[in-house]
Amino acid sequence: MNWTAIAAIYRFEMTRFFRTLAQSFFSPVLSTSLYFVVFGTAIGSRIQEVEGVSYGAFIVPGLIMLSVVMLSISNASFGIYFPKFLGTIYELLSAPVNFIEIVIGYVGAAATKALFVGLVILATATFFVDIRIEHPFAMAAFLILSCLSFSLLGFIIGIWASNFEQMSLVPQLVVTPLIFLGGTFYSISMLPPLWQTITLFNPVVYLISGFRWSFYGLADVPIVFSLLAILAFTGVCLAVIGWIFKTGWRIRS
Amino acid sequence: MTTILSIRDLRKSYADGFEALKGVSLDIEEGEILALLGPNGAGKTTLISTICGITTPSSGEVTVGGHDIQADYRAARRMIGLVPQEIALEPFEKVWNTVRLSRGLFGLGKNNARIEEILRKLSLWGKRNNAIKELSGGMKRRVLIAKALAHEPRVLFLDEPTAGVDVELRKDMWEIVAELKRDGVTIILTTHYIEEAEAIADRVGVIDKGELLLVQDKDSLMAQMGKKQIEVMLTEPIAQIPDSLALHNLTLNGAGDVLIYTYDTHADRTGITTLLNDVSQAGLILRDVQTRQSSLEEIFVNLVSGEMA
Repeated sequence: MNWTAIAAIYRFEMTRFFRTLAQSFFSPVLSTSLYFVVFGTAIGSRIQEVEGVSYGAFIVPGLIMLSVVMLSISNASFGIYFPKFLGTIYELLSAPVNFIEIVIGYVGAAATKALFVGLVILATATFFVDIRIEHPFAMAAFLILSCLSFSLLGFIIGIWASNFEQMSLVPQLVVTPLIFLGGTFYSISMLPPLWQTITLFNPVVYLISGFRWSFYGLADVPIVFSLLAILAFTGVCLAVIGWIFKTGWRIRS
Repeated sequence: MTTILSIRDLRKSYADGFEALKGVSLDIEEGEILALLGPNGAGKTTLISTICGITTPSSGEVTVGGHDIQADYRAARRMIGLVPQEIALEPFEKVWNTVRLSRGLFGLGKNNARIEEILRKLSLWGKRNNAIKELSGGMKRRVLIAKALAHEPRVLFLDEPTAGVDVELRKDMWEIVAELKRDGVTIILTTHYIEEAEAIADRVGVIDKGELLLVQDKDSLMAQMGKKQIEVMLTEPIAQIPDSLALHNLTLNGAGDVLIYTYDTHADRTGITTLLNDVSQAGLILRDVQTRQSSLEEIFVNLVSGEMA
């Protein structure tokens, strides 16, 4: 393994992040605060509690997951798309690095940035609501696995996309609806029976449910299913990336 | 001399059937400067891209320093630096950071002194903390060269390094190339500018339609294939060439005051002495005499158009 190259890619990507640190830090703080004002205060005042947890606290895991998933995808997809767009990918292709090393560098940096923002949101939330974390190791594992797996998805999108429109196609038309309908702001037990069944086909439900379980011990689906779902998703992303690596699809002519 | 780059029957075909390289074979000696000349679409960039790993070859074998570019790609690529044709740089990144990235990508550890040396050599030291978008086009080209040199390659590919740059900067580039050669770096450059090859190359390769038409020492190429002309300038213009000079196959310029004699530099007898005698005998008075050698450009045009094939 060319660890020096992995470190070089990682450092280069993180430099970009630190260059816009103020934006990286204040943007999630502001958006989280707005979510609390709108959903926590305005709507939450009518809902009171969900399964014994205040509505404001109930939505925290979903809010973190919402930002982490979207940021993981956008960080990783733009990370690899920009070199393609600017033409600087020639350097990656002509360097003594293999695709696994490139993936580790870009996905590692994208996941780190998303993880940072996730922790900022968590810290911001503590100013608004009382949060308890019943299973801290599970919480850390779900958070890190989500950052990594969705960064892998973002990397695939960045390789696949041939223009900026395609870059936003999957996040906006697929991922955002799945997250909003995946129990970010509600428990699926609040839905009518038919919709509860339909919702179980949404993979994000398992992710948010598992993450919320690590906070409050509340889960819409068994925790084992949540863990299997995130591992299966990571496995699928790795398999697709492995195929891209093998064939050079959209990278090497 | 040691062969540092060996290309054997290299072919590249695309899915649509287009054959960009049709069996190119070439050996490049360590420390030389080879200029690859060819029209647009000749296969110059494909050849470079294939050697550097950007394009996958369809068949053939390439070794760099004895390392196969596919089986032993890490060792092969460590020896290669590439300056691409297009200016491809991250606009918001600082010069220093982008050069440091290049060094790291090639597996070399931190060496600020080496990066400083490269930036100073390329007159970029003063700009090291500038974002790339703040640099002029010429400076950006220098950054590309700095990136290519960051891992201390033994073979440097320059893909049209002076395309679209002004004459002054082009001369600067030639000096940089000459200095790299003095440092022992083997340089392969592609160019449209014949005078560039003429000025700095040791050998010239001509490629067209994916085939290498020839590779030859520049001076011997010009000596072998070059034609020379003598221009005999007359004090008084004449209406037509006198009959007594008919055997010399002269041409008269439009103003009628210059006789042009074309001869082969390799002929046993050039016929110059006889010509000058006959001109004098014909009663013509010479104002001046000058010679002109055909440029590499003319040789190139002749080769590509098949006139000399």
